[in-house]
Amino acid sequence: MVKSILLVGVGGQGTILASKLLTTGLMEAGYDVKMSEIHGMSQRGGSVSSQVRYGEKVESPVIELGGADILVSFEKMEAMRWLEYLKIDGKVILNNYEIGSISILSGKVDYPEGIVEEISSKVDTIVVDAATHAKDMGNSKVMNIILLGATVKSMKLEGIDWEKIIRENVKKQFIDINIEAFKHGMSLVG
Amino acid sequence: MKKLLTGNEAIARGAYEAGVRYASAYPGTPSTEILENIATYKEDILAEWATNEKVALEAAIGASIAGARSLAAMKHVGVNVAADPLFTFSYTGVNGGMVLITADEPGQHSSQNEQDNRNYAKFAKIPMLEPTDSQESKDMIQAAFQISEVYDTPVLIRMTTRVCHSKGIVECSERQDAPIKEYVKDINKYMTVPAFARKMRVKVEERMHKLLEFSNKTELNYIEWNDTKVGIIASGAAFTFAKEVFGDSASYLKLGFTNPLPTEKIKEFASKVDKIYVIEENDPYIEDQVRILGFDCFGKNLFPPYGEMTPDVIRKAIFGKTNETIDYNEEKVVSRPPTLCAGCPHRGFFHQLGKRKNVVVAGDIGCYTLGFADPYNAMDFNICMGAGASTGHGAQQIFNMNKDNNKRVVSVMGDSTFFHTGINALIDVAYNRSNTVTVILDNRITGMTGHQENPGTGYTIQGMETPELDIEKLVRACNIENIVSIDPNDLTAVKNAFDWALSLNEPSVIITRWPCVLKKLSAQDKEEFSGAFQSKYEINHDKCIGCRACVRTGCPAISFDNKAKKSTISFDQCVGCSVCSQVCPVKAIGKVEA
Repeated sequence: MVKSILLVGVGGQGTILASKLLTTGLMEAGYDVKMSEIHGMSQRGGSVSSQVRYGEKVESPVIELGGADILVSFEKMEAMRWLEYLKIDGKVILNNYEIGSISILSGKVDYPEGIVEEISSKVDTIVVDAATHAKDMGNSKVMNIILLGATVKSMKLEGIDWEKIIRENVKKQFIDINIEAFKHGMSLVG
Repeated sequence: MKKLLTGNEAIARGAYEAGVRYASAYPGTPSTEILENIATYKEDILAEWATNEKVALEAAIGASIAGARSLAAMKHVGVNVAADPLFTFSYTGVNGGMVLITADEPGQHSSQNEQDNRNYAKFAKIPMLEPTDSQESKDMIQAAFQISEVYDTPVLIRMTTRVCHSKGIVECSERQDAPIKEYVKDINKYMTVPAFARKMRVKVEERMHKLLEFSNKTELNYIEWNDTKVGIIASGAAFTFAKEVFGDSASYLKLGFTNPLPTEKIKEFASKVDKIYVIEENDPYIEDQVRILGFDCFGKNLFPPYGEMTPDVIRKAIFGKTNETIDYNEEKVVSRPPTLCAGCPHRGFFHQLGKRKNVVVAGDIGCYTLGFADPYNAMDFNICMGAGASTGHGAQQIFNMNKDNNKRVVSVMGDSTFFHTGINALIDVAYNRSNTVTVILDNRITGMTGHQENPGTGYTIQGMETPELDIEKLVRACNIENIVSIDPNDLTAVKNAFDWALSLNEPSVIITRWPCVLKKLSAQDKEEFSGAFQSKYEINHDKCIGCRACVRTGCPAISFDNKAKKSTISFDQCVGCSVCSQVCPVKAIGKVEA
């Protein structure tokens, strides 16, 4: 049975690193894994996504419409943008964090309201205040690893040695805080 | 040894294992990481950024003639630039094996068009392979070098974005020894004067006959029998997409070697299945052959002729609908287009250019292409890399035919673009005494593809120090006499430069020199741009009158609060370019030391 995880956010948020850790862990656990990402154009501030699929044998690296088991959104509005890729009985991990696009920043349009309410009314949703947690930990950049922890717990992938994966893939001085962030993320999911 | 690799990383690994000695490329999405990863094998492979794709291919051809296994990599549109040497190298053939990689872009994620470069293989009469995933990317590059040497031909490998940028598990092995072959002077083989080239042409035809036999035999093209009611013929990423939709419910003819196509294998497969779907991205390349062989099939009459053949596209085309999806209010989602970064040196420049009246801006390919968009609206057209100054020149010549003309053309290009083919365009401008203004936006690096070194940066891809090319001197050597170099963050300097350039009735060049905000500064950069990115700016809300002048610079670090009618600068994002403080009419924006 192939499972699909869609991670979305805004360029610069660390979705790619989170996806890389996830993919590495899944490979080491013996799954066939495929991951796909789109980058190119100057993506800082643009919408970004990466897709991870794992199972006995994975064919397509791409998740189709209505095909993701879980949608992990690092930014609130991005969850809405990618919602059609989620299975109708799928799950959303939603970072309650806003990054305005250029038209919002310039005051031309307002940041949309009611996103959390609309998504939670339609699908099983876990809302995470990763920004606050990360700030409390002393490094706002670990938001991505908090969300990774929450994802791992939600997908029941705790059996993999994630600490080892983190240790081998992040800069030495950030290992401890990332492991702490990861554990914290796991604790946010019941 | 198992590794998780992207297709591009797998190509690099395959090149290493195949004993490649020389590789050259010009960066272009989605091909860029091929050479970046090859470059890490410093001990065994000499990797070089070329100034453009034609030069990259020509250098690899030279390496092949000299006896080494060599490789050139580029994006699909790059092959257009390299097409000239490709077609003739097909005639001479190789000494050491030579492989050209084209990274095509079905769906145009970051390209100006969506051409299907499988046509190049057919057109140039060279064999072609189409890997489906990372493992095949690695395996096929090794097969490609064998084919190249056995059949005496360059080989094309067609990748696509989803193969290049998707990760899969790859079984890796050791580097095999591929000694540099002896070079023996052979003018009959390598001198393409007509008398010799006519003989080469005959050999090309013989080679294609042999390759057809190979195509029918090779396991690169294989059949997977399941239920025979539906038979699917597919290549590249489309094969995995098709398998995702049909699984074991259909039989497959998977084509990995696609020029020439395996006619006998196609006939065998097609005659044993009830219904044929040809699933391929972009052109009906395989479909046309299936039809020529006399088999009716579903192809581009059913599937779109553009875009990616992802599972949902296939599902929609065949079954009329995609998987069930969650309904939501799409209007809530605000678009998030790519923007110039906070502190991008192009921002101040475009902010000033967008204000000019009666100016037509000829654009080029790079980050600065974004100057077309709101809030700058400072670009009129762009065609291909290096075409800014030349298209601008042509347009200016026509505008000048109107005796009441008041339109002036400003052409923009980046540093790497200037070295690519922009220099040819500038020579044309100077030679023909155009009165266009050409701007070279020198941000000290190849920006958009992710910070590749170039002749202006002082380093090679493998980190070797090299003399830095002086753009100003080069421009002078092109016979341009009116040159000014400015800091683009200094809006007065930008304005003055335009006033000066537009007052001239002869060609001029403005060089803006300030590093890309994402560039890792060298010691030399730190000296030249001392103080760069060291300060921050903040807005005094008591003074702010809510006029939005700062917002109109398009900086993503600045946001406007509609209720409070005040602007705020994000401390995390600001890098102190100072452009906003220069446009503020009430001096509400001040510097703070970071």
